[in-house]
Amino acid sequence: MPKQISLIIDNQPIKSLENTMIVDAAKRAGIDIPVFCYHPKMKSVGMCRLCLVEIGRPVIDRATGMPVCEQDGSPKIGFGTKLETACTTPVSEGMVVRTTSEKASAARKEILEFLLTSHPLDCPICDKGGECPLQNLTMRYGPAKSRFRLDDKKHLAKNVPLGELIYLDRERCIQCGRCVRFQSEVAGDPVIGFDQRGRSTQIITCSEPGFDSIFSGNTTDICPVGALTSADFRFGARPWELKSRESLCTHCPVGCNISIDIRREAKSDGEVVVKRILPRQNEAVNGIWICDKGRFGHHFADPHNRIPRPLVRKSNKLTPVSLETALDMIAKRLRRKGTRLVTLVGGRLSNEDLFNLKQLTQKAHGRAYLYGNMVGGELTCQVGLGLDTSLEDLKAGNVILVIASDLHEEAPLYWLRVKQAAERGATLIVLNGRETRLDNFATHVIHYRYGEEIHAITSILKGNDPVARTIKKAQGLVIFAGGDGLGPQTSGAVMSSAAQLLVSTGLAGKPGSGLVAVWKSANTQGAWEMGYQIPGNLDKTIRNADALIIAGADPLGDFPDLMDAFQSVKFLAVLELSMTPTVDLADVVIPVAAFTERSGSFTSAERRVQVFKPAVNPRLGVLPDHVLAAKLGKRLGIQLFENTPEIFTEIGKAHTVFKDMTYGSLSRFTDQWPVVGDRSKYFSGTVTANGLGVGARLPLTSSAKKIFIKSGTPLKYSSRKLWAVPISRLYDCGNTIRYSQLLEKRMIQYEVRLHPNTAAALGIQAGAVVLSLGKHNQPVACILEETVPEGFVLIPRSAGIPIYKISEAKLIMASGENQNMKDG
Amino acid sequence: MSDYLLLRHRQHPEIDTLEGYLKLGGFKTFKKIVDGKDPAGVIEEVKKSGLRGRGGAGFPTGVKWSFLPNDITPHYVVANADESEPGTFKDREIMEKNPFQFLEGLMIACFAVKASLGYVYLRGEFWQVAGNLEECINKLRKQGILGKDLFGSSFALDLHTHLGAGAYICGEESALLESMEGRLGQPRLRPPYPAVFGLFGKPTVINNVETLTNVPLIVEKGAEWYRKYGTEKSPGIKIFSLSGNVNKPGNYELPLGTTFQELIFTHGGGLKPGRKAKAILPGGASSIVIKATPKALDTPMDYESVAGLGSALGSASVIVVDDSVSMLWVTKKIIHFFQHESCGKCTPCREGTYWMDQILHHTKNNKLSIQDLELIRSVAEQIRNKCLCPLGEFSIMALVSSMEQFPEDFRS
Amino acid sequence: MTDFLKMHHSEIKRILAKYPNGQERSAVMPLLHLVQAEKGYISRHDIDAIAGVLNITSTEVVSIIGFYTLYHSEKEKACYRIQVCTDLACALQGADQFLAELCKKVGIMPGETTPDGLITIEEVTCLAGCDRAPLFQVQGDGTIRYHENQTPENAAGLINQLRINARKGGE
Repeated sequence: MPKQISLIIDNQPIKSLENTMIVDAAKRAGIDIPVFCYHPKMKSVGMCRLCLVEIGRPVIDRATGMPVCEQDGSPKIGFGTKLETACTTPVSEGMVVRTTSEKASAARKEILEFLLTSHPLDCPICDKGGECPLQNLTMRYGPAKSRFRLDDKKHLAKNVPLGELIYLDRERCIQCGRCVRFQSEVAGDPVIGFDQRGRSTQIITCSEPGFDSIFSGNTTDICPVGALTSADFRFGARPWELKSRESLCTHCPVGCNISIDIRREAKSDGEVVVKRILPRQNEAVNGIWICDKGRFGHHFADPHNRIPRPLVRKSNKLTPVSLETALDMIAKRLRRKGTRLVTLVGGRLSNEDLFNLKQLTQKAHGRAYLYGNMVGGELTCQVGLGLDTSLEDLKAGNVILVIASDLHEEAPLYWLRVKQAAERGATLIVLNGRETRLDNFATHVIHYRYGEEIHAITSILKGNDPVARTIKKAQGLVIFAGGDGLGPQTSGAVMSSAAQLLVSTGLAGKPGSGLVAVWKSANTQGAWEMGYQIPGNLDKTIRNADALIIAGADPLGDFPDLMDAFQSVKFLAVLELSMTPTVDLADVVIPVAAFTERSGSFTSAERRVQVFKPAVNPRLGVLPDHVLAAKLGKRLGIQLFENTPEIFTEIGKAHTVFKDMTYGSLSRFTDQWPVVGDRSKYFSGTVTANGLGVGARLPLTSSAKKIFIKSGTPLKYSSRKLWAVPISRLYDCGNTIRYSQLLEKRMIQYEVRLHPNTAAALGIQAGAVVLSLGKHNQPVACILEETVPEGFVLIPRSAGIPIYKISEAKLIMASGENQNMKDG
Repeated sequence: MSDYLLLRHRQHPEIDTLEGYLKLGGFKTFKKIVDGKDPAGVIEEVKKSGLRGRGGAGFPTGVKWSFLPNDITPHYVVANADESEPGTFKDREIMEKNPFQFLEGLMIACFAVKASLGYVYLRGEFWQVAGNLEECINKLRKQGILGKDLFGSSFALDLHTHLGAGAYICGEESALLESMEGRLGQPRLRPPYPAVFGLFGKPTVINNVETLTNVPLIVEKGAEWYRKYGTEKSPGIKIFSLSGNVNKPGNYELPLGTTFQELIFTHGGGLKPGRKAKAILPGGASSIVIKATPKALDTPMDYESVAGLGSALGSASVIVVDDSVSMLWVTKKIIHFFQHESCGKCTPCREGTYWMDQILHHTKNNKLSIQDLELIRSVAEQIRNKCLCPLGEFSIMALVSSMEQFPEDFRS
Repeated sequence: MTDFLKMHHSEIKRILAKYPNGQERSAVMPLLHLVQAEKGYISRHDIDAIAGVLNITSTEVVSIIGFYTLYHSEKEKACYRIQVCTDLACALQGADQFLAELCKKVGIMPGETTPDGLITIEEVTCLAGCDRAPLFQVQGDGTIRYHENQTPENAAGLINQLRINARKGGE
């Protein structure tokens, strides 16, 4: 148990836990000691010297070892001749700290003066103005005039792209080192660093592409000046013009909390538009960070990228119509007797959308399916993370097992959380078919051969090897299971094996334990909680539908080989944000509101339900999916709510797991550390405070006694064949990513990866090749990488290359004739 | 001085070969203590001798060695051969001409603190010196004086050199460790101190080359013998590097307590004809300048007496300035040095040294305006007591002390 | 494997062996010296190779190069660097005048390179040769050599000899 220490800061008696730095102890007590280089989420370095304070300690008699007392009996306090940095000095019993004395104030002023000697007077043109710690602290503590000769100021480059996402202004940089340390300590990507020394110290990057880190945007939050700015927001708006709206990122199943900053502007015809995305603090989910996909990948919601009006196919052309007309058309079709209705929903729809669409479909005697590549969600309801398990508490004694998941690509903030748990002492075991970025932090790494996942998992408990012993001794076991190299069937086998592992170790439902499925989308978990399943055979399911409604999914874009099936569908209605290949084939298209334009709730992969609110208004007539479902329902005599809190209550009635939850209960929040918000921008950065609530976890449904393991069809591995393996990449070509032009360079194209030896054996080189998967031929780019296991070719999902599961493949060099081949 | 103790090559030039050194009794001491299996005893002897660090800090060497905790292993010893303080060139002569005595001292230190690996961190410019040391180390390995199970004991020891690449700050012990670990040579936060958390995070002793060169003699002849030289609080002999406006610049091995007068005039050949001594910088560029009054010249060169003058002996890199030189010019050189060598980690040193350098470029007729005088004094005081490491603190010493004692050189 | 790794395989092994297991990063400085000794500077290619050997990023390697004055990553000033100490002790013995006269003889200013790209004259801080001023060191030919107790005449002569050697080597 850490000890409680009593000390006095600025005449205020304070109690603090031992090993706390003075700057944190003060902050918790509401006393602000200004800092630049210090950041509460990183190690102290004591570099900027801004936090110099007077520190006095009880005087101890050297001879007797006893404290010396004043006349009145109080302990004599001896102040050091030198000031000390509050960020590197831990609290000690009886300490007396003076932060506002003449000495400390003078020191602070002098350090600010030093920093301003090299700092340009850029405020009028600097993005940071208005939310700038240097500005704010100078106004409060700094000198009013400069004594430094203007002509002596060093002139340095001002618009240096550190890669295309982040820009550096060398004149503004105050060499606090927060960005370099963040990349090194937190992100694990030391791709920016210091160059030269002394006054010439500057930030550089040498990676290709520059600043090659998916967490790079966070450095613009913690940079205390306008040195690091994002290309997405540069010169976009003044902070004081912005209003902040609390929301959730919808790109992956982590459910990072974000704030959407909006502004009403003339150049958007007086509309209120989204200007930037910032992280919102939720220490239970994403801390104070978000990944670049969440930060920069919001342009899919921009009005000009969207379908503006409902469309109906007339003379084989999609023609704009009114919403009423479109809905009437769908309703008319569904009223036809014997219509086999199939609804296919995507995981990016909110709980309310999913519920209404399912209710509508079922009451219209149809079948509702989830579009996805992984199964086993019902297992997470039984053996998922319990109410008393949190990822931030995992440390020594806890075991984390990551199976078939490249977390860095699939769920970056889970990667970060797992890495941090490992750094705190948790034992990390990684099982994958190939090397991934978690291997470096793992205690045990097992690379199985793709196709032999189940064997690898079930062997874990056998024998007396270190891995088996580790798991048997574990005080808690958290398992992340993804879809790396897996298809629906095999992912089910992996999920059930993982669930069985939890049951057989007796850790299912215990603190520090649970199964987390690393889904593709933000609310796939929500779909599973409501009883959705994925179709056994997508092609067949599509063909068997008389009327097919697709909401929030683009199957044809992902799997071009479904063209035949789609063309056989008699009636296709698509509810979508923007034009996609699936939309192109539809009979009726209805544009839907994006997450920025509406409210709702998502269930993250760790089964946390969180609420989001609208930031901007949708275009006139563009409605959320759940409202459209209700309007459609009305035409069919099906009663559904249109209001999200009310729908949520209905969800609780229909699915017991949600019954104790309301929007109200989800909006509860507590004080979090570190302190963030306006007053604390100098301390934690521009991350926003959380006033919308931290969400709540769903309870486990039943305690599972034994899980039936669905065994997948074992792969008959043959080294003479080339096996194509589906993997997920962060910046894929899906329609929520491809509109963010800024990320263009980092997006995958039609590309496949294989080991140089495999390529050599096949007689191909890097470059244009033709990939054959079954009957489907497709020109792709071939990239050689030594981390790809030999005999396999990695195919990214959502890149327009139809791969469902591990399959035989052929690769040949592209020649003039076969360059444009598609289906053979 | 009758017999050289450190610069023994001046009497025995062949001491730079292994055969030569062995013939003169070299490595007998090392073997004796390895056989004796009493590392604590060695530490005691060095403690008793009162040997103080010769790199500038003057910290009692034996006491430093005793700080290493036994429950954290392994231990390391690093010899600081980064000699970059302007006016210092003593370690270079030792390593070039009497390398084996230095190495034996390093090896004895390793034994005393139970380290099986010792390193010599040399400044990058000492390319040839490092090459020479590597050859010496190879010879020791071949001879079985370095290696496993030395002399039939269970003690194993190996030495390696590590070459820096041009950064004065790497002479600061924690920056040296950072540099050795393959990072930027920027000082660490203290605590923890190297004795507990040093090289590779393990307990480490860092000693200056000259300090270690004293060790074999102390262990061989005993603390009592060593204390016959020098003064009570500053025992032993010191190599004084004398340079500047003197006729015979060079290294002079003399007992601590020798006066400036004797060093400069008796040994150093005095100043050019017609020139008088104006100022003395006893510790290179990091000095508090001493006005060369008769009293100052008569002051013994030991840590206490020089401190009594309001200055510090430091590394005893004695730079003499004669009356033809402006102290403003001297200060300009020194500030430029610190500005160039500042690592940039902490604000006051990084910005302050640059600022002072800029101010000093605005001289008119080699004098500063009253405003600039006030300004530079203010900036120097602003730097004081705020820096992360001693470099920043030392950067202002020569400036402040020169302005105080030679105002006529500064004021226009 | 890159050329660098192939050519210096045993040397790299020897360097890595100087440091305990898990501390390979310490080898970054000796590896940079090794590469620079060959070409007079460190190319991007070499930076990536060293980063690969030590399992660190290229940015981290470039950071090290930038911090220390003896490492050079530009090719232009590749051949011989004449580094003259003009620090306090040497300056008191006339180093500033020596530098000025030497530069006049060679025909360039301090910091500049001769048109044939062979000679660069630089001012540096203390070289620990204060008793033998004026002095300079020559960085080139894979090594660093001191030349002490110099006059502008013999320094210019030495530089000339370097140029002749360099041109001969080029033929």
